[in-house]
Amino acid sequence: MPDDRIAPAAAASDLRDIEFRGGGFQAAARPGAALFFFVLILAVWELAVREGWLNPIFLPAPSSAMRALWELTVSGLLWKHLGVSLLRIGAGWALGSMFGILVGVGMGIWSLARSLGLAVVSALFPIPKIALLPLFILWLGIGEQSKIAIIALGVFFPTTIAVYNGIDAVPRNLIRMAQSFGVPMTAIVRKVILPGALPSILAGFRITTSISLILLVAAEMIGAEYGIGAFILQAGNLMQTDQLLAGVAVLSVLGLAVSALLTRLERRLLRWR
Amino acid sequence: MELAVDAVSHRYGAVVALDEISLRVAPGEFLVIIGPSGCGKSTLLGIIGGILAPSAGRVRVGGAVPSDCLNPITYIFQDFALLPWRTVEGNVALPLEHHRLPEAARAARIADALARTGLTEFRGAFPKQLSGGMRQRVGIARALAARPAMLLMDEPLSALDAQTRELLMEDLLALWLRERLGVVYVTHNLTEALRLADRIVVLSRRPGRIREIVSIEMPQAERGRPEAQVEIARLHDRLWQLIKSEAQVAERELTTADGGGDDA
Ligand SMILES: Nc1ncnc2c1ncn2[C@@H]1O[C@H](COP(=O)(O)OP(=O)(O)OP(=O)(O)O)[C@@H](O)[C@H]1O
Ligand SMILES: [Mg+2]
Repeated sequence: MPDDRIAPAAAASDLRDIEFRGGGFQAAARPGAALFFFVLILAVWELAVREGWLNPIFLPAPSSAMRALWELTVSGLLWKHLGVSLLRIGAGWALGSMFGILVGVGMGIWSLARSLGLAVVSALFPIPKIALLPLFILWLGIGEQSKIAIIALGVFFPTTIAVYNGIDAVPRNLIRMAQSFGVPMTAIVRKVILPGALPSILAGFRITTSISLILLVAAEMIGAEYGIGAFILQAGNLMQTDQLLAGVAVLSVLGLAVSALLTRLERRLLRWR
Repeated sequence: MELAVDAVSHRYGAVVALDEISLRVAPGEFLVIIGPSGCGKSTLLGIIGGILAPSAGRVRVGGAVPSDCLNPITYIFQDFALLPWRTVEGNVALPLEHHRLPEAARAARIADALARTGLTEFRGAFPKQLSGGMRQRVGIARALAARPAMLLMDEPLSALDAQTRELLMEDLLALWLRERLGVVYVTHNLTEALRLADRIVVLSRRPGRIREIVSIEMPQAERGRPEAQVEIARLHDRLWQLIKSEAQVAERELTTADGGGDDA
């Protein structure tokens, strides 16, 4: 029996397909395309040097940079430079992060520390830290200490701010909840505040690792015998552009490795998000 | 455990949220507080729970507390207040961690709380993996793990969809009928109030004062029956008459005092 409570359907010939309007703007990953593009750029660059369109003194072919890198590796020179650099950046970053976390937590928890700290941090944060290197050299000498100190200082401020902002963003009701169960203050910091601030702290690590890489190179260019930055500067002075590019490649691999490490750390620690 | 609120007032800066509230909660009583938005219900509950200091007045408790009770007055939150980085089990364990308990007793309490809320098979899940109703069950399990003498609930069901709300309300009622804990329960929902309450405290709009206390004699277990519906509807109408005009005014108010349109 036909249901006459609904309007009779239009004759089938009157029906048209609706228009699809939802295309485009997809965030689909295309790893294959990215790789292809990367290889294409290298190939064009290589070709340009071989055909003489580019002067290899100013921009050597990727293949000569690779060869320079290989020679550096087998001669052991790379490890000497890299070892010194890693020591400086590791010590500086760790030191700056440690103090940054301590001060950031203090500012996040105590209102007095917050008022004092915020004033000092806002005043000193905008100073380009490398401008202070000559002062640090005066204080600490040209050796390792001034380089480590400048990296630590550059890392300290962004870390402080990331930790402080992260703590500030922890929902107050979670703290109230813990209080309502009588959880002691120190346990609230450990179980609620720090885990809640962790995403922001890890995001801060991303920023501070790249800052410390920049400061490392700058400090090594100003006064150092060994270190990737010093090596790049020397290569430039001697017009050894293939060596220079090899040094730059080492730096970018270092940056990529640190970033990959942080990504893994985030996956591990922020699984709950 | 019984609880007495004596002449409690509270102000936030210039905003007077509560004005001289006095009431008692008898042992095992289910007390529901209703009132228009912003009249100070959450404030009152915070003061009762000891996480907000009143501007004036005081709250006292008396009577026996179960011997295994770790947190006599325990909250259940509207937004669940779960730690997102902890699993269901980890969240339920939180209230136990700062008490000296033998490991076996701790595990038994957690297992018991999970079993009573039907969460045993979800013990390893993170909050983001759970539906709203399951999240609130975790909130309830966490409260039960502390073996409270009194539960404070601030609109525990209002973040849930209507069907989940109905299901969880039945669960809460069954829990209360079994345990006979004292409960102070804040809600906007008259149906919830009429289903659950021994007494309903009706607050006026801000500054919150007690307008009326409505006792419901009918036992909770009978209120779902068809023949009870006439009486329930009558009470519903009475409550609605009490709060309707105030709700209308409150609804047209700005929520913060510095909005400029406040006549209070
Ligand atoms: N921390 C605060 N600072 C200033 N004013 C506040 C604060 N908390 C609440 N208020 C104000 O106090 C009044 C009472 O707030 P409260 O949250 O207790 O009301 P409520 O009855 O729970 O409201 P709702 O029904 O919206 O949950 C409101 O007008 C609110 O704007
Ligand atoms: Mg409220």
